[in-house]
Amino acid sequence: MTLFERSAQELQAAIHSGELTIVELTKEAFARIEKVDADVKAFLTLNKEAALKQAEEMDQVPMNERGPLFGLPIGIKDNIVTEGLETTCASKMLEGFLPIYDATVMDKLKEAGMITIGKINMDEFAMGSSNENSAFKTVTNPWHAAHVPGGSSGGSAAAVAAGEVPFTLGSDTGGSIRQPAAYCGVVGMKPTYGRVSRSGLVAFASSLDQIGTITNNVADNAALLQAIAGLDAKDSTSADVAVPDYTKALTGDVKGLRVAVPKEFLGEGVGSAARKSVEEAIEVLKSLGATVEEVSLPHSKYALAAYYILSSSEASSNLSRFDGIRYGYRTENAKNLLELYTKSRAEGFGDEVKLRIMLGTYSLSAGSYDAYYKKAQQVRTLIKQDYDKVFENFDVIVGPTTPTPAFKIGENVDDPLTMYANDILTIPINLAGVPAISIPCGFENGLPLGLQIIAKHFDEETIYRTAYAFEQATAFHKQKPQMWEGN
Amino acid sequence: MNFETVIGLEVHVELKTNSKIFSPAPAHFGAEPNTNTTVIDLGYPGVLPVLNEEVVNYAMRAALALNMEIEQETKFDRKNYFYPDNPKAYQISQFDKPIGKNGWIDIEVNGETKRIGITRLHMEEDAGKLTHADGYSLVDFNRQGTPLVEIVSEPDIRTADEAYAYLEKLKSIIQYTGVSDVRMEEGSLRCDANISIRPYGQDEFGTKTELKNLNSFNFVRKGIEFEEKRQAEVLTSGGEIEQETRRYDEKTGKTLLMRIKEGADDYRYFPEPDLVHLSISDEWLEEVRASIPELPDARKSRYVSELGLTEYDAGVLVISKDMADFFEAMIAEKADAKLAANWLMGEVSAYLNAEQKELKDTALTPQNLAGMVKLIADGTISSKIGKKVFAELVKNGGNPEEIVKAKGLVQISDPAALLKVVTEVLDHNPQSIEDFKNGRDRAIGFLVGQIMKATKGQANPPMVNKLLQEEIAKR
Amino acid sequence: MTKLTMEEVKHVATLARLAITDEEAEKFTAQLGRITEYVEQLNELDTTGVEPTTHVLPLVNVMRKDEAAQGLPREKMMLNVKEQENGQVKVPAIMD
Repeated sequence: MTLFERSAQELQAAIHSGELTIVELTKEAFARIEKVDADVKAFLTLNKEAALKQAEEMDQVPMNERGPLFGLPIGIKDNIVTEGLETTCASKMLEGFLPIYDATVMDKLKEAGMITIGKINMDEFAMGSSNENSAFKTVTNPWHAAHVPGGSSGGSAAAVAAGEVPFTLGSDTGGSIRQPAAYCGVVGMKPTYGRVSRSGLVAFASSLDQIGTITNNVADNAALLQAIAGLDAKDSTSADVAVPDYTKALTGDVKGLRVAVPKEFLGEGVGSAARKSVEEAIEVLKSLGATVEEVSLPHSKYALAAYYILSSSEASSNLSRFDGIRYGYRTENAKNLLELYTKSRAEGFGDEVKLRIMLGTYSLSAGSYDAYYKKAQQVRTLIKQDYDKVFENFDVIVGPTTPTPAFKIGENVDDPLTMYANDILTIPINLAGVPAISIPCGFENGLPLGLQIIAKHFDEETIYRTAYAFEQATAFHKQKPQMWEGN
Repeated sequence: MNFETVIGLEVHVELKTNSKIFSPAPAHFGAEPNTNTTVIDLGYPGVLPVLNEEVVNYAMRAALALNMEIEQETKFDRKNYFYPDNPKAYQISQFDKPIGKNGWIDIEVNGETKRIGITRLHMEEDAGKLTHADGYSLVDFNRQGTPLVEIVSEPDIRTADEAYAYLEKLKSIIQYTGVSDVRMEEGSLRCDANISIRPYGQDEFGTKTELKNLNSFNFVRKGIEFEEKRQAEVLTSGGEIEQETRRYDEKTGKTLLMRIKEGADDYRYFPEPDLVHLSISDEWLEEVRASIPELPDARKSRYVSELGLTEYDAGVLVISKDMADFFEAMIAEKADAKLAANWLMGEVSAYLNAEQKELKDTALTPQNLAGMVKLIADGTISSKIGKKVFAELVKNGGNPEEIVKAKGLVQISDPAALLKVVTEVLDHNPQSIEDFKNGRDRAIGFLVGQIMKATKGQANPPMVNKLLQEEIAKR
Repeated sequence: MTKLTMEEVKHVATLARLAITDEEAEKFTAQLGRITEYVEQLNELDTTGVEPTTHVLPLVNVMRKDEAAQGLPREKMMLNVKEQENGQVKVPAIMD
């Protein structure tokens, strides 16, 4: 087994007792990567030298000056910029790109004393649900190498599930943290839009993107979000809302918690195993003293269509900066400026990215704007109102994170709409901007299933309270993939 | 056929803030290439814009000074287009909710006042600067992100002179508000013109062309004049005007085709998701309104009613805020208003034009020029001597009284001393006396000139005149 | 809405500055056609009078003070630039 079966708290205890040093812990991460990453393919760039040097220095810091995450290893999704450390967004477009500044979350992780182990594979520019859209290699699911880990933060979820690192950061635009967390059997949180600064997150869809946290357990997740959350002067859309002490929510007590179960989340298209695991989870919450009622989110079925228009439109604009001039891939066959643009972009971007740029450009173009973009924004309003209404009377909404467990690599590649359907239960949450977590709640044929817990804006606290109580009452999070054995 | 010209002007004004509109990079003109940028200006992956508060204040100030309504619930939008000086491939601008709308300014042409409507004023970021070389171009991103307001006039302008007057007035008002240097030569004021012509009496507008590269108000005038003539020639010879962008060529004075516009440009505007909306409270609006100084029209009226200047003089004096401020400082020094105005509009303006300088580049101060004007007013020196003193003041400054004393320039007003000179000059020029008596008035001018020459210009002219008349009469 | 044509798809590719081959144009036409067909379902909803959502949070007036900071050193600014000359970024000839 790996050291990373332990929680952050247990690791700190071991360090404080002298059983472990930060250097040893850091080496463990690189050893695990060495051992399993040829199969998992989660890491794109390793930060070995700098990480070990940092670890040595950190071992010298007095114990009383260390916070709860001090010296612990973390992997960073490759769409979060790291100064001087190659950041590619898993795209040929940014191969070799060296950022000249750090994302705000990186500054925060440094303050917390975390050690960056490396940059993590993903779907190119975070567009995808399977990691098959990485320009470099396809991450595999640690539970079954023939299956996808989910996406777009598939590498981030797989790295934690494979015991390579106990913490990763991901990003979630339509489910990109929660869906792979569910597929990989780990805990993945998409915070409220505006909870975590987007400064330094390479934008996919600005009004939907949020950086979030992926860990083995709920307590670690709460600790990590605590470290990265909060107002940032560099992000106008980050909110001036105090960050509570999330660890205080980890009581195991959910007596009187008002739980809503939307009938649309357990309807057609949701597999029987996923439905059953959620029904059992609801029973667990009831047994802990929560009250449960069925509700309706009537506009849910329109979320996918609205999401694809909005996210692709914003993406088409956000990705226009990749023009081969100031950074990034530049074609060698340009006769003039127009060719520099069209060829650099055609050669640098992968198929899915191009498809979304095309869809977005079309949606925003003259004559289409009202019928597509504006219509989708109006539908977004209706979806948000659905959630506002439910949260007038409930503390959390629960349901499955995905309709089914991880599908096979190659199964959905030819059909964008079938592929997009994997995100049908996570997408509305981004449109409403509310926070949601996915935690392990069962298995189907040895592949994990996730329970999604959603709360109102800035109420991550209640999500953690609910998730922790469920985790304490169940044992799903203790099951690990085969590759944890025999270390 | 006789045509009427219809002109609309789009003016870009760079705001004089310390930092850029969306980044903390310095917004100053003239730095070494690519040294005034941050990752935000370069459009690096992951960067986000944060709005500079002062830009909103300045934009509102300009809009209010142009008699506009303020859109209190407003926002920014993205205008998408690829160009090497546009690093994000979108410009953050304002599309359907410009911060200012429905304004106007009054212009005067040939003594008649005309009101020109202003459609909108919006905030946006400037682009970088492209220099074209042989076979390639170079980009300097220093200017990227400099705050701009774009001011779009209604198509109310009918002649090149009106366009000139509109620009001069607009520049003057903006200068008064203090939000921009409005220097065309530094690019802090830029102008594009939309021009079409139509037969007199026709309601519909003709097809317009857009005229660019107008680097001075004079070029605007000349460009429009050329363009209206060109369009008239095309139409009278049975041709059609193409909707196109044309460039004014300074060397030839002609407009040249840049590109034909195929339908409308598709900029795919959409609301900027990285910037939250602006909600301008009444208090904020009133605070900005209160910060607007007296504007040129108000000053002009005051100069006429309180200082007794003519409409024309007051109008000329207030165009440049520097000049008007200087004038007021001279008045504060107790200089005579009319004399001060005459000097500023005459000698001072002529000097500044000839030397291509601004007031602040000279050694003139309101104190020293007022001092000189007072010496003229009290008869210590003549206007002619004043010019000598001025020549000294403008170059080296100093105290005019001391200059007059040191150079012995004090006016000779002593009747006895003057009589001596007059007598001498008359004695030497009997022919002139004869001519004068024969009705040749010009002879007196010659005699005055001789007296001035003999006194090195220091003789008091009215006294010289009086004495001459008296002495000639005696002979 | 009318079906997307290959001509429209090529026009969109030009707007997006993506060089595409005829095969790609065909593929995109089919894919985009299916997606736009799918999103037609939004028209089932009557959204008359519904405000569009650009921002999910009710934040307004987020601004900074007008304070200038030092610009990036030129070397850093040029770090990822492929071609430069005299402190400026070099681009091929512009053909308008």
